[in-house]
Amino acid sequence: MTIRHHVSDALLLDYATGSLGEGWSIAVASHLALCPSCRKRLTLMESAGGALFSVTHAAPSDGPAIDDSWARMRARLLDKPDAGNLPSAPSPAMKSPVAPTLPEPLRSYVGGDVDTLQWRSLGRGAYHLPIATGDKSTSVRLLRIPAGGPVPEHGHRGRELTLVLAGSFHDETGVFARGDFEEADEDLEHQPVAMPGADCICLAVTDAPLRFRSWVVRLAQPFLGI
Amino acid sequence: MDYGGRVRLDCQNRSGMFGVIQLATAHVSAAMRVDFVQTAAASQVSIVTPGGLSRAGRLSRERVHMDEETEQDTRDAMTALLLSVGRTQDVTAFETLFRVFGPRIRSYMLRLTRDGGLAEELMQETMMTVWRKAGQFSAEKGSVATWIFTIARNLRIDSYRRSRRPEIDPNDPALVPDGDPQADSVMETRQSEESLRAAMTRLPTEQREILMLAFFDELPHSQIAVTLDLPLGTVKSRIRLAFGKLREALEETA
Ligand SMILES: [Zn+2]
Repeated sequence: MTIRHHVSDALLLDYATGSLGEGWSIAVASHLALCPSCRKRLTLMESAGGALFSVTHAAPSDGPAIDDSWARMRARLLDKPDAGNLPSAPSPAMKSPVAPTLPEPLRSYVGGDVDTLQWRSLGRGAYHLPIATGDKSTSVRLLRIPAGGPVPEHGHRGRELTLVLAGSFHDETGVFARGDFEEADEDLEHQPVAMPGADCICLAVTDAPLRFRSWVVRLAQPFLGI
Repeated sequence: MDYGGRVRLDCQNRSGMFGVIQLATAHVSAAMRVDFVQTAAASQVSIVTPGGLSRAGRLSRERVHMDEETEQDTRDAMTALLLSVGRTQDVTAFETLFRVFGPRIRSYMLRLTRDGGLAEELMQETMMTVWRKAGQFSAEKGSVATWIFTIARNLRIDSYRRSRRPEIDPNDPALVPDGDPQADSVMETRQSEESLRAAMTRLPTEQREILMLAFFDELPHSQIAVTLDLPLGTVKSRIRLAFGKLREALEETA
């Protein structure tokens, strides 16, 4: 599997610093599971954070004297002598004969792999599955687009992240297959079409409430008659 | 390299903290004396191994700024301390780490919370996690500072923002493994850390400023653009340039 479309530096930095909301982060982290090179880029960013962290100087007035802080900490350690030394590494999970289609953290969010999901029909072979998160500012869902099915030309108001999990689609910017990550904003006018051969399953994260012109809604329009 | 020796800590209260650690280990041959001074009123930590004071003599002349070699020794010492905590629940080693990182974690928490008491609580929770998870630390994967930073960051998200951070599961059968897991030896990691720090000091101020706002004030890049009154595209391209340079510096090391 060769991934051609990766997470941008700006978005990955938001994830590295912790400022990226839960909904967007599901898409970024699920790409990371499929993409060793972006994991390496994330490590670099976290190391940059660590470097900034260790050269930062604590202002003397930041809080209680460090001796007092340590006295509290020490009391807690003595209070819970068994709290230390978690196992050095969790034992590796049983390798299933066939790797799941959905990587973590996505698989836990949807409660299983693709074949166990309760897809909701959009009609004419298209399905979707809304995913509940604690982040009310985004809308997260899986989409299953029939092989060869076109998506109407559309633009975006706000950000839209798409991660391909199975099959593929293409638009003016290229072909997107498993692991490929598309970051679209209002500047991008594109016309995605699922490639023939296999249904295209992807994760789509958009600003909530769903914008009228977003891909997801435009996809549903011909079927729902809205 | 094995730092599995005992660590002895004598603490004297002297306008802050002055600690002398003796790394009594059979495997560390070079004498190490590390001074680092955080601020005028801050703590000093000295690490001395028995038998050698030649470098100590040189370093004592230069107490305010760490030279590169000293910085490296400091990081090695921090690694040794954390490994000792993980292996034997070494409270004295943990105390040294606490006195070094505690104030930094507190400043980090304070930037977002603006509440000294809350920042102290979050610092205590972070160090408690460091204590509990020390056995999971692996020197091959990066520095102590980076490891502690990620713990502090995750705690800030969970406890302060009350949000979840979706993350990969290293044992997920769907995870696509790294091409060559043996590629980074400890030595390469250490060298690349040095290169990284050096490269970061060479970044233009406009790029460093963005990294500071991103890491410490936890501003997403879109908010950084608003804060600095810059077009979004400018912020994105500065981030791209900054990490391009850092990557380049690491590739030169490799
Ligand atoms: Zn990638």
